[in-house]
Amino acid sequence: MSTTTTTRRLTMAQAISEATAQEMARDARVFVMGEDVGKYGGIFSATTGLLEQFGPERVMDTPISETGFMGAALGAAAEGMRPISELMFVDFFGVCFDQIYNHIAKNHYMSGGACKYPLVITTGIGGGYNDAAQHSQCLYSIFAHVPGLKVVVPSNAYDAKGLMTSAIRDDNPVVFLYHKGIMGLSWMSYFEGSTNEVPEAQYTIPFGQARVVREGRDLTIVTLSQMVQKSVLAADQLAAEGISAEVIDLRTLVPLDRAAVLASVAKTGRLLVADEDYLSYGLSGEIAALVAENLDTLRLKAPVRRLAVPDVPIPFSRPLEQFAIPQVDNIVASARGLMSFKLD
Amino acid sequence: MEATSEQLLWMYEKMIEIREYEETMARVYLEAKLPPKIQKGLAFDIGAGPVPGEMHLAAGQEPVAVGVCAHLRRDDTVVGAHRPHHFAIAKDVGLNAMTAEMFGKATGLGRGKGGHMHLFDPAVKFSCSGIVGAGAPQACGAALAAKKLGTDAVAIAFFGEGAANQGAFHEALNLAALWKLPVVFVVEDNKYGISVEKSASTAIASNADRAVAYGMPGVLVERNDALAVFEAAGEAVARARRGQGPTLIEVKTDRYFGHFQGDPETYRPKGEAKELRQHDPIPALGATLRACGLLDDMADAALRERVSARVQAAYDFGRNSPYPEPQDALLHVFAE
Repeated sequence: MSTTTTTRRLTMAQAISEATAQEMARDARVFVMGEDVGKYGGIFSATTGLLEQFGPERVMDTPISETGFMGAALGAAAEGMRPISELMFVDFFGVCFDQIYNHIAKNHYMSGGACKYPLVITTGIGGGYNDAAQHSQCLYSIFAHVPGLKVVVPSNAYDAKGLMTSAIRDDNPVVFLYHKGIMGLSWMSYFEGSTNEVPEAQYTIPFGQARVVREGRDLTIVTLSQMVQKSVLAADQLAAEGISAEVIDLRTLVPLDRAAVLASVAKTGRLLVADEDYLSYGLSGEIAALVAENLDTLRLKAPVRRLAVPDVPIPFSRPLEQFAIPQVDNIVASARGLMSFKLD
Repeated sequence: MEATSEQLLWMYEKMIEIREYEETMARVYLEAKLPPKIQKGLAFDIGAGPVPGEMHLAAGQEPVAVGVCAHLRRDDTVVGAHRPHHFAIAKDVGLNAMTAEMFGKATGLGRGKGGHMHLFDPAVKFSCSGIVGAGAPQACGAALAAKKLGTDAVAIAFFGEGAANQGAFHEALNLAALWKLPVVFVVEDNKYGISVEKSASTAIASNADRAVAYGMPGVLVERNDALAVFEAAGEAVARARRGQGPTLIEVKTDRYFGHFQGDPETYRPKGEAKELRQHDPIPALGATLRACGLLDDMADAALRERVSARVQAAYDFGRNSPYPEPQDALLHVFAE
C-alpha cells in the first residue's frame, strides 16, 4: 500500500460527489441526471462540481418528472449506460414508484437474468431540521422490502465514497440514501463525526459488510445512517456510567450483514436497534426477528429493544419532532434499561 | 414512403404469423380451464392448464406491429405493453423461447419467470411490461442511450389508448421533445381500456392531437391498415434517425378477442367482433399484393405453409420443454 496516499477531511456530500466524479472520469458510460443536479449541484450538494467538470451532456438537469426520468434511467441502463438518477427527497418517490418496484427491481429477474440494469438512485433522507411529514422520512425499509434493489445507507464521508464507488460499479440497481443531517451542509446543523478523513484515490467498500464503529462488552447497538453518529455519542455517555456499548453500523440493508449482528449479540447478550425509520414493519423488526430466529445458538441477557419513530408522521414543531425522532438521550436511556434486566 | 416488394411481402407474412400464433395460443390457453374438468361451481379456472395466468391476444391489431417494425433494424429498441405478442413477432423475438416462456418453461426467454406480459429478448432489444403506460419513459431512456452512444438507433414505445391518460405517457412525451430523443410513441386505439370505451376515458377523440402540447408531430392513422401505418411510421422513424426528435402516432385498430381470454365481453355489442372481422387487414393486404403481381395462390400457400411450420415448431418447443426446477425461483434476483 502506498504511503503517499493523500487524505483530506471531507464532508459526506463532498465524498459522494468525488466518488461520482472519479467514476465518471474512469467510465464514459456513467452519467448523472435528476432534479437540480447541474448548476445547483444537487439540493444536498451530492453533485457539486460535476457540471463544471463534465458538462451538460453527462450531468443533466431533468424536469420535475420523476416517472419520466426514472423510467429513462432504466431504459438507458438496459442499453449499457450506467445512469445515476437523483431524486432529491425520498419522500417524493410515491410519484414514480411503479418504475422502481415493478420495473427497475424486477426486470432482471423476469428476464431470467438475461438483462442487466446497472443504475444508481440517489436521494436524501431523514429529519431533525423541522421540514415536517413530507420531507423528513427515511423509508429505506420500503426499498429493502422489494426484492431486486440493493440498499446503501452510509453514516460518514469515508464510507460514503467507497460505497458510492461500489454502487456505480455494481451491475444491479442500487438505491443510495444519504441522510441530510450528516452531509456537512453549510446551512443545516450536522453531526461532526460524519465528516472525516477520505483518501483522494479511488477505493471501494463491498456491500454487506457492517462496520464495528466501537467495540463493547455489555450491549450491542445496531444502527445506520445518522443514528450511528447519535449512537456513538450515546456510547460515550454510557461509558462514563460504566456501560460498554458496541455500535454496529449496518452500512447496507441489502445485502444485510446478518453475521455481524449475530456475532456481536452473541458476545454482549443484549440488543438495542436504533433506527430513524418508522417502528412497525421495518428495519428494527427485521433485526429483532433475525436475533429471535437464532435463539437456539444465542443467549440473551435481556429482551430485544427497538428505538424508532413511534408510528406517527414526522411532526413539524421542534419539540414534537425531537420527541418523535429518537435522540442521543433516548439511546442512553434504552441502553440503561437493557442493563437492568436479569434474564437467567 | 413507398414500401418495397420485400417489405410488402414481409408485412404480409408477419401478419399471418401473428394471427396464426394468437389463434394457436387461444386454443391451448383454454385447455383444462373449462367445466366439467375444473372445480365445481367455477365457470373458468385461470390458473389451470399448460398456459396459466392471464392471456391478452392481439389478433386484429397486426397492422400496427408490422407497419412500424418494417422500418426497424435489429439494434432499434421496442418496448411493448401487456398485449405484446404482435410486437414481439414483428421485432423478430425468438419464437421458440417466447412460446416456452408462456408455457412457463426453463427454455423460455425469462426461464419461466416472466410469462406472456414480461418478455425480454436483449438480442433484438425487445421488452414489455404489464403496467399500463410504463414503457413510454423506458423507450425514452433507450433513445437517450442511442444519442449518448452516437448511434442512429431509434426506440419505439407501443401502448394502448388507455395508457395515453397515464402520467407516464405525458412525462415521456415532454422528456422526449425536450431532449429531442429518437423515439416514436405509437398508440394502439382498439377502442377499449378493458371494458371502458375511449369516449368514456379520454377527453378528446384523437390522442394524436395531444402531440401539439409537446411540440412534436402527431399523426392519426384512421384505418386498421398495414400500408397506412407503414407510411406514418416511415416518416416518424426516419425523422427520429435524422436526429429531429420524437413523433406521436395513433392508429385506430380492432381487437378481435376479449381484453383477456375468458373475458365475458358484456361491455361490447353482441356481434361486434364478428363485424370487425369483416374488415380483416390480412386479406386486404393480400389483395393489394395480388394486384401488384407480388402474390398468387401458389406463393400464398407456400408462405402460409412456412408460417404454420414456424408456429407449430414454436408450439412444440414450448409445450415439450422441461419446467424449471422449483428452487430456481430463488435465482436471478441480482446479477452476479
